[in-house]
Amino acid sequence: MAKPKVAFYWCASCGGCEETVVDLAEDILKVVEAVDIVLWPVALDYKLKDVEAWRPGDVAVAFINGAVRLSEQAEWVRLLREKCSMVVAFGSCAHLGGIPGLANCTTREEILANKYHRAVTLDNPNNTEPQVHATVNGYDLDLPVFWKDVKPLDQVIDVDYYLPGCPPPARLVAEAVGAILKGELPPKGSVLAPEKSLCESCPLNETKPETIAIKAFKRVATSTPNPEECFLVQGYICLGPATRTGCGERCIRGNMPCRGCFGPTPGALDMGTKMLSALGSLGEANTEEAAHALADTMVDPLGTLYRFSLPASLLKRRVP
Amino acid sequence: MAVEGFEPRIVGFLCRWCSYTGADLAGTSRVQYPANLTGIRVMCSGRVDPTFVVKALADGADGVLIAGCHPGDCHYSEGNFKAMRRYPMLVRLLEQFGIEPGRVRLEWVSASEGEQFAALVREFTEQVRALGPLNWKERTEALCESA
Repeated sequence: MAKPKVAFYWCASCGGCEETVVDLAEDILKVVEAVDIVLWPVALDYKLKDVEAWRPGDVAVAFINGAVRLSEQAEWVRLLREKCSMVVAFGSCAHLGGIPGLANCTTREEILANKYHRAVTLDNPNNTEPQVHATVNGYDLDLPVFWKDVKPLDQVIDVDYYLPGCPPPARLVAEAVGAILKGELPPKGSVLAPEKSLCESCPLNETKPETIAIKAFKRVATSTPNPEECFLVQGYICLGPATRTGCGERCIRGNMPCRGCFGPTPGALDMGTKMLSALGSLGEANTEEAAHALADTMVDPLGTLYRFSLPASLLKRRVP
Repeated sequence: MAVEGFEPRIVGFLCRWCSYTGADLAGTSRVQYPANLTGIRVMCSGRVDPTFVVKALADGADGVLIAGCHPGDCHYSEGNFKAMRRYPMLVRLLEQFGIEPGRVRLEWVSASEGEQFAALVREFTEQVRALGPLNWKERTEALCESA
């Protein structure tokens, strides 16, 4: 029986998710033995017309990473949705918008103006800006349209499963590939990671006292956490309580409070406000003045609480 | 910006022990106040998940009122202190999204403060009216690609 075919594709991404497949190390041989990789732009040459020639269902799974910001990315993901039986949103960007999602704090016009007209290091006397259509030396050239906002994958196509994380840990990827090959999958639309919050598996969980009472939020930019005590107890904003577990606490073990890349636990409509709710409960302030002073120590609530999930939030984006 | 003929839609989360009872007292006392507020009874102002506020605004509300027992009088001792701590954080977050701080208010209303509740709703309605409709859905659609 022929090996199932899989495809990888990348949209607005950093390449870290491609790296994580490589990080399977020797385990990649098991993957390669079990499946036929028919598309992987970072590693294998490919042509669009070959993909267009696939029959729907020819390819079992497409692992798509990156958020969608360009019309070209939308065209590719729609094509892959048509040709592949299953689509897995791979990594935070495809799942929730990821770091590129923070571009929803600004507008396309601002981004292009900063990039092509205002940057200090620019030398652009003719105010040139990339155009969707241009004719150069008699040739018609096209560039993709730069969308007005950043979207996670499921705001563009139907997604079967999500592999969370920035990037998803190699182990989680290997487990997911295994589950897909065996056909042992949870209901469609599930995130392929445990359902509990990070605190459950955190090595610092036992250091939590009965009550946490944060008098002022601390920042890793201006002080160093103690690696042996729960970061929230110390006053650092750790998104552990609002974040799904399954990452192996790589950041915690690197003395860095959780930043929420795995996204929320099931049932949370909006990750940022859920965490804000938790911080209100964990704070110490019993007068309005003290409550305001506490809030003042949370610099950039939006960036802290929605670092990976802004486009997937209820409000979706900033409206200037 | 103020808009002619605009009737604000305000969602109110009112705690069951004090604020909702106070609102009810306004009603039974036949105190007139604007119908712009849709009241939702919750057990405690501490039950108000900031997600509710954000969902209300995303789904078409122009303003949100959270009302609870006066500090020290919470039926569950500390619930309103949680609301008190969440509120300034939420307002700062909303500001970053582009939502004016005047659209979300936290106030203490006791069970006997019917008149005060009515006055609060009158005042808050005018405050939101002056800010104009939020129209979050329309304004975000204009800044988002239709996929």
